[in-house]
Amino acid sequence: MKLNLALAQINTELGNIQANLEKHLTLVKQACQDGMDLLVFPELSLTGYVLQDLVPVVSCRPESDDPFFQQLLDASRNIDLVVGFVDEDSRHRFFIASAYLSQGEVVHVHHKVYLPTYGLFDEGRFFAPGDSVRAFDTRFGRFGMLICEDFWHASPPYILWQDGADVLLFSSASPGRGLNGEPKLESSTWVEHINRAYASLFTIFVAHTNRSGFEDGLNFWGGSTVFDPNGTLIAQAPYFEEALTKTEIDLNQLHRTRARLPLLRDERPELVQRELERILHK
Amino acid sequence: MEINLSIDPELVRKILTEFIRSEITRVGFSRAVINLSGGIDSAVSFVLATEALGPQNVLAIRLPFKTSSGDSLEHAQMLIDQFGCPSVTIPITEMVDPLIAREPGMPEIRKGNIMARARMIVAYDQSEAFKGLVIGTGNKTEILLGYTTLYGDSACSLNPIGDLYKTQVRQLARALGIPEPIIAKPPSADLWAGQTDEGELGFTYEEVDKLLFLLVDQRYRPEECVEAGFDEKFVRQVFERIRKNQFKRVLPPIAKLSSRTIGYDFLYLRDWGT
Repeated sequence: MKLNLALAQINTELGNIQANLEKHLTLVKQACQDGMDLLVFPELSLTGYVLQDLVPVVSCRPESDDPFFQQLLDASRNIDLVVGFVDEDSRHRFFIASAYLSQGEVVHVHHKVYLPTYGLFDEGRFFAPGDSVRAFDTRFGRFGMLICEDFWHASPPYILWQDGADVLLFSSASPGRGLNGEPKLESSTWVEHINRAYASLFTIFVAHTNRSGFEDGLNFWGGSTVFDPNGTLIAQAPYFEEALTKTEIDLNQLHRTRARLPLLRDERPELVQRELERILHK
Repeated sequence: MEINLSIDPELVRKILTEFIRSEITRVGFSRAVINLSGGIDSAVSFVLATEALGPQNVLAIRLPFKTSSGDSLEHAQMLIDQFGCPSVTIPITEMVDPLIAREPGMPEIRKGNIMARARMIVAYDQSEAFKGLVIGTGNKTEILLGYTTLYGDSACSLNPIGDLYKTQVRQLARALGIPEPIIAKPPSADLWAGQTDEGELGFTYEEVDKLLFLLVDQRYRPEECVEAGFDEKFVRQVFERIRKNQFKRVLPPIAKLSSRTIGYDFLYLRDWGT
């Protein structure tokens, strides 16, 4: 089975949902014309990243009566979509969220579970952390979604793998940083390194969609990637620029890689559970 | 301990030109103005701005004082000719002298501050006339050390090189094709004859950049820097300079009275809505 995957590496306007929505819809149209099955947008793609006091102003609900989601759900009748937004729950807590939309329905919403609140990051000040990591079924198989800091921690990708995900969709608004004389920023090197590692260790597809552009002095470095279950880089967007990066994913590669390398078969989650119980309760 | 201050100039050039273009065009401008001192910092900011916006959209301003070195004016002109941008030359002597003349024997430091602030006035006036934003030219070394005049040379709309140490600015300057005499000459604020940065600071940029890299970027404690081989007095002096000059790096504090106060709990990026 083949999946035509497109990564929408976009710049956003900070706090201007209408402008960002229009960009989403333009790219949806383009991706549909190009015969894509799934289009993935970066973290907070509807709002921009360093929202601070804009958080409560730009929040929305991933439901058909929300004026923004209504249009995205309509668009998802032709192509599956992953969009990034601020989710305000019924108790008025705000989450950094990604929604998977397909055939006019919300298939799954992930709330970012790890909110970086250190260094240049201040997410914990403005957002509530999510409290679940779940894989979900799509018309192309079982997928998992994580947002930026979620996959800087090893456990969420591991949980999704054990929950049956064969394709991990990562999204980021990753500020570029770290000069060392190399032609690539340290942040880019690190993210590519761990993406490749997850694909290799779990024999799964890992697609990472990052954003581009600037917010004040922060640059978002783009460089979105897709790694296959062998850990081979099969697509990469340019650094720092907007791009629609298209690639065909051959899901039969899962069969071939796992026939050679049965890491999933041999994994022992009960052992992990037992040892974690011991560690947590000693 | 690894002190790696090397940069890939092409990577830095790409990010900084995109930064200038983004931060100027998103607020509806397409042009910039910059005070060209003839030194390496303003040369680098200037070339980045011409690459980002096109040379016709960058106004180079030369602001000589009667005691300024002839080289400064000449080196600024070399850049203007090489990159083909519009320029103006506005001597500041007539603006500055009457104020200085009011107090015979005024110390050099006060005269220097007056000159730096006179240049700021001209830059912001030309900003309005040319409809361009003021590009800053302060590097990370001088910002950390506070080797700058508050509301003088530190005043700008955006600063592309403020996260590059002086030694890194030199690496970038070579890649940008800045003439060698500008790169090679001793850095100077040129506020009085014979003034050099390194003479005034009491150490070289080469030395202090390594120490700053450990203290700031690598989060070394001062005592760990001494263990790493830096002179204790030098470490203490530099650490104190960083601390004492924090006031130059932040907006003036507002006394909190209400439930929502600018600077504390009224938090938006400058790029809000763009």
